[in-house]
Amino acid sequence: MTSAIALRSLTHRFAAAGSAALDAVSAEIPLGGISGLVGPDGAGKTTLMRLMAGLLKPTAGSLSVVGLDPLSQGAELRTVLGYMPQKFGLYEDLTVEENLDLYADLRGVVGAERKRSFSELLAFTDLAAFTDRPAGKLSGGMKQKLGLACVLLGRPRVLLLDEPSVGVDPISRRELWRMVTALAADGMAVVWSTSYLDEAERCAFILLMNAGRVAYAGPPADLTGRLAGRSVQLTGIETNRRALLGRALDAPQVMDGVIQGSRIRLVLRAAGDAPDLAALAAGPAAALVAVAPRLEDAFIDILGGGPGGHSGLAAVMPPVSLPEASRGAVIRAEALTKKFGDFAATDNVTFSVPQGEIFGLLGPNGAGKSTTFKMLCGLLVPTSGTASVLGIDLGRDAARARQELGYMAQKFSLYGNLSVLQNLTFFSGVYGLEGRRQAGKIDEMIHAFALGPYLGTTPTDLSLGYKQRLALACALMHDPAVLFLDEPTSGVDPVTRREFWGHINGVVQKGVTVMVTTHFMDEAEYCDRIGLVYRGQMIAVGPPDALKATAATAEVPDPTMEEAFIALVEGHPPVAGRAAA
Amino acid sequence: MTDGASFSVRRLLALCRKESLQIVRDPSSIIIAFVLPIALLMIYGYGVNLDASRVRVGVLIEDSGAQATRFAAVLAASPYLETHRYAAREPMVAALRSGAIRGYVVLQSDFGTRLAAGRSPAPVEVVADGAEPNTANFVASYVQGIWATWAGQEAAQSASVRAGSINVIARYWFNPAAVSRNFIVPGSIALIMTIIGAMLTSLVIAREWERGTMEALLSTPVTRTELLLSKILPYYVLAIASMLLCVALAVTVFAVPFRGSLLLLLLYTSLFLGSALGIGLLLSTVTRNQFNAAQASLNVAFLPATMLSGFVYEIASMPAPLRAVTYLIPARYFVNALQTLFQAGFVGRILLEDLVFLTASAAFFLGLTALKTRRRLD
Repeated sequence: MTSAIALRSLTHRFAAAGSAALDAVSAEIPLGGISGLVGPDGAGKTTLMRLMAGLLKPTAGSLSVVGLDPLSQGAELRTVLGYMPQKFGLYEDLTVEENLDLYADLRGVVGAERKRSFSELLAFTDLAAFTDRPAGKLSGGMKQKLGLACVLLGRPRVLLLDEPSVGVDPISRRELWRMVTALAADGMAVVWSTSYLDEAERCAFILLMNAGRVAYAGPPADLTGRLAGRSVQLTGIETNRRALLGRALDAPQVMDGVIQGSRIRLVLRAAGDAPDLAALAAGPAAALVAVAPRLEDAFIDILGGGPGGHSGLAAVMPPVSLPEASRGAVIRAEALTKKFGDFAATDNVTFSVPQGEIFGLLGPNGAGKSTTFKMLCGLLVPTSGTASVLGIDLGRDAARARQELGYMAQKFSLYGNLSVLQNLTFFSGVYGLEGRRQAGKIDEMIHAFALGPYLGTTPTDLSLGYKQRLALACALMHDPAVLFLDEPTSGVDPVTRREFWGHINGVVQKGVTVMVTTHFMDEAEYCDRIGLVYRGQMIAVGPPDALKATAATAEVPDPTMEEAFIALVEGHPPVAGRAAA
Repeated sequence: MTDGASFSVRRLLALCRKESLQIVRDPSSIIIAFVLPIALLMIYGYGVNLDASRVRVGVLIEDSGAQATRFAAVLAASPYLETHRYAAREPMVAALRSGAIRGYVVLQSDFGTRLAAGRSPAPVEVVADGAEPNTANFVASYVQGIWATWAGQEAAQSASVRAGSINVIARYWFNPAAVSRNFIVPGSIALIMTIIGAMLTSLVIAREWERGTMEALLSTPVTRTELLLSKILPYYVLAIASMLLCVALAVTVFAVPFRGSLLLLLLYTSLFLGSALGIGLLLSTVTRNQFNAAQASLNVAFLPATMLSGFVYEIASMPAPLRAVTYLIPARYFVNALQTLFQAGFVGRILLEDLVFLTASAAFFLGLTALKTRRRLD
């Protein structure tokens, strides 16, 4: 037996007439090493995981896991299977030890073996000091480790981990990866599902999925190898890099491009066929440097290339003109603090954002970036300190300030049972647009985002990409001077994410000021400046390149954003008065 | 499909222990099992009282004769009435309109002479507030009763006992004082068992689905039987503990007599819990969502148990189609059995009928739940 898991024309539909969550998937996942199940939300990752765990019945086709059929040989499979679902499967009101006891009994780990496994696993997961703590009171990273310990009881031969790194800070993520790598080295077959392509790049084997189909199966290096010579970095840019990126993406030789701090990263359609820098007006000091291709480049290549440089939105947005006095600090936080009981979710945070800047709040879940963000757009009242937008104090006059800002929430906050046109009409109405001006603005947005064919469709039936377009259109109806984006692209495929940032780059050039929260490290590179939020405090503020430079060492001269983040957090002294969670 | 794995006592015990720890640590379970019953018993034991004791009644005496004075004294002495004397009609009518009194009695000026002449109809005018029909009936029947008693006494005293005069003595069996609390309190135990059995269980299993723990459990070697039993047993124990608390409160605090056997009470409660737990499990298995499960159990279990079980609203006075529906409500049989056990003790034929239906219903709901529970998510 050479493969751990074999999929043969595996198809799964949730409703008989619905579209397939998995569409005739055939692949062999090998034994040994960590196998990544990779793709954006809705690619079919969780469905495939559940089929492998015997929790769903395939509509057509078949599969075998270590030679067993998950349904007809389910009882046998479950004795050798460890499956950690997305929410870790822990009982929050049971303590660490009680959770372990339960799963040990369920998996038949008793007597001396149980004692040995417990001490081994508690040491392995570093949880020995917390056995009496209820699982609900553990941090995201500790929950994840406890979840892993529970599935490792009884030494499974197959380990299925469904998006284990969601909602976990980079340090815990790195630690988990190290633990699972050790398990895989001992011969355990591990399937790790993720929507982070940088994580997938470290797997021995990946099954890259998109819209229920396999886009690629094999070692990630073989896939990135196809792009040899096509990834380049544009350095020495002295002109506006956002405008330059737009021009570069429109060049016929360029397939994809992103901003990386002060530089631009491009993927060419063919190796060696670079666009003419003079024609792009890149400036005299500009130069192209070859860089190593990434998995994301390859995924975009498979999906048919990025969306190009033209933003229909930027074409219709009027330029923002602000009074001289407020240009220097369009958004301002002064000693901003929010306490929930004696827990400071945001602790004495001060910064300001000038006009036309993209400012990113970066940090793990629960670090306090959402709380800070919500105070700045008037959704939460600070305990102390002030938050202001265009000089308007949000604590005093939130209603007037909100009229000046656009807000796009994580889950898009669209009305699922109103049509696209009704959503546009509603949101423009809420911002006080009426009559001819309202009709004109709705028309503009329909053209800018190509929503024409979908006006009668409800958002529930739209693809993620179109939902995102509609949400952005609704947030910009009233031509706001400031745009707040709360994790706008989580779970979205890279092409849709490119398109989104194309629009943001466009509106910023019109003078709109943008504040964005994200936990995607590469997304942070689009920002002019980043504020790193950790345990309620802003531990570092600066341009992405400057933050990376502070983390540079002799061993790692050019650290990634994630490495910089970990270095900055680890160098930060623990804050007194906060739970050690 | 079969599980293929054999039943394991170790796994069942582990699951039961987990469930018990969750019950003990979740304040809402404890509130539902022990605080809510006390609150409900208080409401049904004290608040809902179908006996109208001491109704406020106005009295106007226009006849100054000895007989009229004696009758007024009897009225005032009645434990069921709180009489208020008025000197004129107008203020009394105004008091009735304002709701200060619920009815009034007028002894007209010719009361004595008409009584002496033995002429019918009885010269007593009774007016009651029809806005509250129940109370109005009480006023009318209390005054009539007092009149009949008084007339009998008068006749006996005057030593001119007329032939054919009958003395009616009413006697209520099983509930001699006809205290409504004595049948409402036992009935409310059925309501409490419905809340614990159906509503609480439907919530906790839906919660396992919502929090994703069900997915994790299903990926372990747990069998379907173990899973179902681990949900039934702890909540059964919780419900029985709550039932015993209710019985203790009913007997001690509310002085409701308990004439049956505790063993039979356990048997009937267990059978009823079979249906209630079955409904709760079934709903949460089907909805997998706490909000929907709560809504569904409210409509499927709680409301029928309140409205159609005969515990407050008498089934005999319902329209025929509704009466037919009550035969399908398990709570009807449990309420019937509870009222029998508390007030009458052992009545074989009634209890046998309840036993048969409760057993059938428990088998139906538990069977359906077993049928609908799969070891899969789809």
